[in-house]
Formats: sequence, structure tokens, C-alpha cells
Amino acid sequence: MDFTTLTISQIRELLKSRQATAVEIAQSHLARIEQNDKEVRAYLSLCPERALAQARRVDEAIAAGEALAPLAGVPVAVKDVILTRGIRTTCASRILENFVAPYDATAVERLERAGAVILGKTNCDEFAMGSSTENSSFFATHNPRDLTRVPGGSSGGSAAAVAANFATVALGSDTGGSIRQPSAFCDIVGMMGTYGRVSRYGLVAFASSLDHIGPFGRSVHDVALVLQTIAGRDPLDSTCAALPVDDYVGALSGDIRGIRVGVPTEYLKGLNPEIGGNIQKGIDLFSKLGCDIVPISLPHTDYAIGCYYIICTAEASSNLARYDGVRYGFRSPQYDDLQDMYRKSRNLGFGAEVKRRIMLGTYVLSSGYYDAYYLKAQKVRTLITRDFVEAFDEVDVIVTPTSPIPPFKLGERVDDPLQMYLADIYTVTASLAGIPGVSVPCGKTSSEPRLPVGMQILAKHFDEARLLRVADAYEKAGGFSIT
Amino acid sequence: MAFTEKDVRYVADLAHLELTEEELKKYLPQLDSILQYMQKLNELDTSEIEPMAQVTYPGSENASFRADLPRRNFSQDEALANAPEPGAGCFKVPRVIEREE
Repeated sequence: MDFTTLTISQIRELLKSRQATAVEIAQSHLARIEQNDKEVRAYLSLCPERALAQARRVDEAIAAGEALAPLAGVPVAVKDVILTRGIRTTCASRILENFVAPYDATAVERLERAGAVILGKTNCDEFAMGSSTENSSFFATHNPRDLTRVPGGSSGGSAAAVAANFATVALGSDTGGSIRQPSAFCDIVGMMGTYGRVSRYGLVAFASSLDHIGPFGRSVHDVALVLQTIAGRDPLDSTCAALPVDDYVGALSGDIRGIRVGVPTEYLKGLNPEIGGNIQKGIDLFSKLGCDIVPISLPHTDYAIGCYYIICTAEASSNLARYDGVRYGFRSPQYDDLQDMYRKSRNLGFGAEVKRRIMLGTYVLSSGYYDAYYLKAQKVRTLITRDFVEAFDEVDVIVTPTSPIPPFKLGERVDDPLQMYLADIYTVTASLAGIPGVSVPCGKTSSEPRLPVGMQILAKHFDEARLLRVADAYEKAGGFSIT
Repeated sequence: MAFTEKDVRYVADLAHLELTEEELKKYLPQLDSILQYMQKLNELDTSEIEPMAQVTYPGSENASFRADLPRRNFSQDEALANAPEPGAGCFKVPRVIEREE
């Protein structure tokens, strides 16, 4: 039996009925990774000892007749910007190439407490900055659906791991689309909760007002269960909401009649028909399921990219100031004095995209420019958020494409950073507003090569239960392979 | 306002980056085009708009205070485990204070 194609529920059944052990399931995943990851390159490092020790603990608990923990024996891949104690955590950067995390992120701790088996750390764009995983300082990850193409980014390794059956579920991070876009590119489900729904403790900070940790899976149910496990109040993260976590899995009732689905007119303007055609079919399916389709307007959409890239680079320039070669990370072997040590360590340790963003961020925060750029962007952020809050008075969820383009070829877009930024248009808006969003598969492009298309569904703050119910109903009605 | 080489050097300096001449030439047009694009935000009148400093609720509503009690933190060894140059229980760096010899 091939354990690597199973869902969480199927794994649970096998363990309960003693048809398989957690150790067998972990080993089969590790074997598959050994055999096939050289083509995909999803993982940066594996932690087989930790994985098998956890799997053995799960098996012992089962043998002792204990109740099965919610994620018992489920293999998980973790993006390498999330700390795992005792395991190398590099953020795909040379500046942290040998950094061994001294603690676990809260999300990781909660997964392990629920019985999950962590297999290893996945590749990503350096410090989560990018949309293709090509900015990793080590190597690029390949899209399992087409190995000549990118898996998306920045959580490309995690998305690829789930798509290639190298893990059942994975954790990634999303700042401007870094879970949702790779989900679309790799033909899987990926979710970003409301800002503050999941603790950021142990997530290496990129942009503190935009960062989220979130799950990838091959089904909405699996994503819902992982989110439920990691979400909730954490005294170690003061931006983490104290609000109770709903029963997301319980919310997957399948009935979405009467749900008002908003379609933003600005998001359909100039849309590639290969993508737009599929999204329209998805919207038609919602109609068939009894939803009301309501055209809405999000008038400040055009300003979102400018707003996002001012705020995230400003916050990044501040967050990455800590990498100075003093307490951890790469220190240049040669330097004249302290200042020189800082400069050389940072210049040698950081890749090009990271340096670009640090410089942009430094500029927009610098004296004389702060009001014109950063403060202005903070105000535009209010306007963008207001667009969504007002829209949610008329609709319950909003449906959009996840990406304006299908997965592109490796190397195709590395020379024009601005073009790369502009392709984030559908995902940065939700990040700026702090609302939750999920990307689900929405068929393939109609002409050869037939590439995955993703559909994004958004909901208002802390309305993850409804969001997941809508996504799940879409999945059950065959929406993932819509033609 | 175009982004000049002087701007790149100034910003690199502030950010403790030491770019090579080649890097400077490569980044200048990229940074310039991105900053030009950001000018777009000036099309909007935001004179009456508050900046969005908190994301999901006003800071005053945040229930995240805890009692001011000490809790377990890293041991000295754990804290030094990733240090490029530890010594005498500290992080060693080049001299920063001028001394009368």
C-alpha cells in the first residue's frame, strides 16, 4: 500500500485498525523522498531521527490503548523559516546556513503535541522574499506538475512536498501570497488565516504586520484540521488573537446555499483568459450549489502592490537588521573593525532580492522620505482594508483568481523584479487587510501544456469556519478538476 | 525624482551593506523602476485617512498583557550555541571603545 497518497483521515483509519504503524508510514515517506526528491528538490534538510522517534511514541500510545491524538502519525514538512529545535533552520539563506534553532515555533510544538511526525525542512525563497523559490540561496525547487517550471513562492518547497506526496501536509508562511500562490501553482490547497489567528512565535520575521504561518494539504479537510491544531492564543506572540478557535472540521457541513459570493470587477479586468475562463467556471459551480453571485467593487486594488511593497520592505529592513554576524549566523572571516564586520557579513550573507528589499525598505523609512512613502502606504492600507470591510456587508465570501499567470518556467522571470511583484496583485490585498484566504485548485489551462489554475476564496476577519465550508463544498462538487 | 547612484550608496550605508560596483550598477535601475511605480500612491488623497498601525484590532483592545514574572529562558550555553566567536561566556566582537593605553 502506498501510504504517501493518503489523507489524514485515511492514515487515522489505518492506525486505529492496526493495519499500519506510524513508523511504517514515516519510513515510506522518507523512502519516497530519497528516491524522488532529487528531481523536485522540495527539502533542504530531513530529520529522520526526530521523525522516527515521534512515530515510535505514537505507536507506543496506540499499543497502550490510548486515544489517538488528532494528527497522530501524520507526516508534515515545515518551511525553513519556521524554527524547529535542534534542527538546522536556514531561511534558505547563506547568512543562516549553519544556524541550529534553539527552540520550536509554537505552531511546530502544537503539531507535535497532536502527534504529527515532522519529516524535514523545506526550501523557500530566501527569508520568504519571492514568488518562485528561485531566490533560495541553495537551489531552486521544481514544480512536481511540470519539472521545468517553478512551484511558486515563497513556500515553494512546502507546496511541492505535498504535491509530490513527500508529506501529507505542510506548514508554510504567507506575507503577500506565499502560501496561496504556490498552492495554485502546485495544484493543492493552501490557507492563510486571519492575521493573528496563528502564533508567529518561532517564525523568522520578514514583515511583522503581514506575516502568517499556515497549512498546505491535498484536501480542504486536511488544511482545516491543521489550521485548527495550530491556531489560537499564544502568550508568546502579542499579536496573536485571544479569540477562541472554531471547530473548522465540524464546520464542513457541505451546505452553502444562500451564501453570497462576491466577484470583484477590478480583479477580472485584463485577466488572462486561460485563468479567467476557469475562474468563471468555478463561479458557475458556486451558482449551481445555490450561492448568490454578487459583483462588487474593491476600488483601491490598483494601489495594493505599491502599498504592499513599501510596507513589507520597510518592515523587512528593520527585521533583518539583526543579521550582523554578532550573536548567530554568518560572520565574514575578514574585517577591519565592527562596522566593516557588519557590512561584509551582510553583503556576503544575503542574496540579491533580500538586499534589494532591505535597500528599498531603508529608503522608504529614511529621514525626508518616511512621510511620502511609509506613512502614505499606511494610510492607503486603511483604504484597501475599508474596501473589504464594506464589501463584506454585501457578501459572505469573495472569489478571485489566485495568480494572474500560470506557473512559469524556471529562469523565465528572474531579470525583472517589478514584473514579479506585479503578479502578486490578487494575494497582497488580503494580506494588507489581514483577512483570511484559501487557494483551491480550479482545473487546468485549456491549451497545452495544461497547467494548474488556482482560485482564491476570501472571507472577513476570523470567519475561517465559513471560508472552509465554502471551499470544502466546492471540492466535494468536483471543483478542483473543473473543465 | 529619479533614484541616483548617490541614493543607492546612501541607503546601502544606512543598511550596513557594502555593495560592489557591479551590484550598484545592477540594482540602480531596478530600484529606480520600483520606486517610480510606488509614486502611484500619490494619486490618492489620504489627508483625512488614519494610518493602519494595527492590523486586526486597535492596540488598546489587545488582551495580550501577562504578569511581570520571570520565566525560563535560554541558558548561557544555549544562547552562545550559534555564536560565530564565543569567549568567556560572551559574544566576541572587534573593539568598539577607544582606550587610553
